[in-house]
Amino acid sequence: MDILAWDGTLSSNEFSLAAHKLADKWKRFNPSFPSWSWVACRKQPWFGSREAEGYLSLENICLLSLRKEDRGEETCQGEEGTSCFKEEEPTDSATLVQNYDCDKHYYDFHVIYNASYRVPVLYFRAYCSGGQPLVLDEIEKGLPSCSAKALSESKWTFITHEEHPYLNRPWYKLHPCGTSEWMKLLFLGDTTQKKNGVAIELYLVAWFSVVGQVVGLSIPSEMLNDSNPL
Amino acid sequence: MHMEARKYVWEGAIPLQIHLHESEVTTLPPPPPALILAPRIGYLPLLVGLIKPYFGSSLPPGVDTIWFEYKGLPLKWYTPTGVLFDLLCAEPERPWNLTVHFRGYPVHVLIPCEGEDSVKWSFINSLKEAAYIINGNCKNVMNMSQSDQVELWRSVMNVAGNLEAYLRVSSKLKLITVEDDYTVKLNSSSKSQQGTGETDFAGQVKTGRIPVRLYVWSVSEDFDDLEDAPDIDCWDKISFINRPVEVHTEEAGKCFTLRDAIKTLLPEYFTDKPLFSDESPKLEDEEMNLSSEDAGSNKNTEVEEILYEHVTRNAEIKLVRIQGIEPKLEIPFSWVVNNLMNPDYFLYMCICVRVPEVNTV
Repeated sequence: MDILAWDGTLSSNEFSLAAHKLADKWKRFNPSFPSWSWVACRKQPWFGSREAEGYLSLENICLLSLRKEDRGEETCQGEEGTSCFKEEEPTDSATLVQNYDCDKHYYDFHVIYNASYRVPVLYFRAYCSGGQPLVLDEIEKGLPSCSAKALSESKWTFITHEEHPYLNRPWYKLHPCGTSEWMKLLFLGDTTQKKNGVAIELYLVAWFSVVGQVVGLSIPSEMLNDSNPL
Repeated sequence: MHMEARKYVWEGAIPLQIHLHESEVTTLPPPPPALILAPRIGYLPLLVGLIKPYFGSSLPPGVDTIWFEYKGLPLKWYTPTGVLFDLLCAEPERPWNLTVHFRGYPVHVLIPCEGEDSVKWSFINSLKEAAYIINGNCKNVMNMSQSDQVELWRSVMNVAGNLEAYLRVSSKLKLITVEDDYTVKLNSSSKSQQGTGETDFAGQVKTGRIPVRLYVWSVSEDFDDLEDAPDIDCWDKISFINRPVEVHTEEAGKCFTLRDAIKTLLPEYFTDKPLFSDESPKLEDEEMNLSSEDAGSNKNTEVEEILYEHVTRNAEIKLVRIQGIEPKLEIPFSWVVNNLMNPDYFLYMCICVRVPEVNTV
């Protein structure tokens, strides 16, 4: 597809394709980190679904609250709390865990297709090690400072509390109304895509490289630069 | 134009009889229930100004967070009151007996509500979503002036007599979903007599996306009388489908009906058999379908497919309810949208389906 004619959106089938691509790449470039899984679901429980409907899920992720140090994206795996996502000096890590143990927040992330906006939407919820859900004020403290700023400026339109479309429970969601626009800009800036047309299967990788940062999850740059179509 | 139906929808209200939950009653005798007329297109938390003074003196000390339940089911405040009523009262109950709570908010089931602001932003986000579906962007909603935003919200909040105010502001948003086949046909037929030929199909919308929210509620037992319909005691029993309807008018002069719209959202219920039919499916059809299965598929998918076929063939749409009425499915969808949509430009439909239970091993 010619990128200039493209509106920055994708269809539900393309979403499923691109979601599997994100999961595969993630596994390849982040082998030590928990992997995304595809949750197939039926919109109507009494029917076998004929469409490949479902969403991506990454659960039980521990994000350390590090804003005071302004280190942003330090992330470590849920259960052990030791195997770190990004390499860092071991002494540093130990200190951080010691000092901020009480700040340990666990996150569940779901990436769900939105048929109205025709884009992926990030849903998440957060809880303490004891299992109590965190309210937005507490989550805000753990967010990278730029997200916290955006949140305080646009309380009702940036991160909203909404119903999870499949689980019928309150989750947080990053509002998708601008997604198609910035996705188009993102792809326009990519010379390969400009030349060869829109690589829709890479949509979610590119999308998550932006959206992940909002919640402090960054993806390795090698993963972004990897143009291997497999 | 077609203001009459819109006026009915706008002025529609449900008589509520609201009981304070017994655990929150601290006075003797307990306060009698409150009788309130709730606008269909409104939202339950907006009634707090009327309800709170009524029960305030009976409440225990503490912080209030209002929420409602019906027969034990916590009600979603972000769903318009009329939709809740259509969905949860198969046989309309008047007055509708609801229980109000000021304590113990069910945080695991309901999204927190911080009063009017939460409701207002939920409405505006919904309006934005509708605008995106219709126009491919939500600029018109985002760029609404502060005074228009205030006026729009005020008209929704105090609906009485405010339809004109609503129409004045909302027309600036330029959200034209589909042109009304009826109205335009009348106009264009008078024009086409002049022989231009161009205007013949002026009213026919070729393609368009319509904001629709569908609540599907399934029952396994058949019932003849709506009074015998089972209660909905848990939200998991309801499928919420928030997906635009794509309108295609392929043949000139052929109308896209309400049935066509439901069919695009729930194709499973539209096998070859006619809708609302009690006839059992013909055997030879079933056999033909089974033999046409992909021979290469493995055992499991084959079983699933057979079950799917079984369920589909015996499933049936029992009820389609929009704004309290049960419209004929032959009605042009454009009429339904233009007259029965909510102020957030979404058409809310409640559908009850009967799906026979399948015993899996």
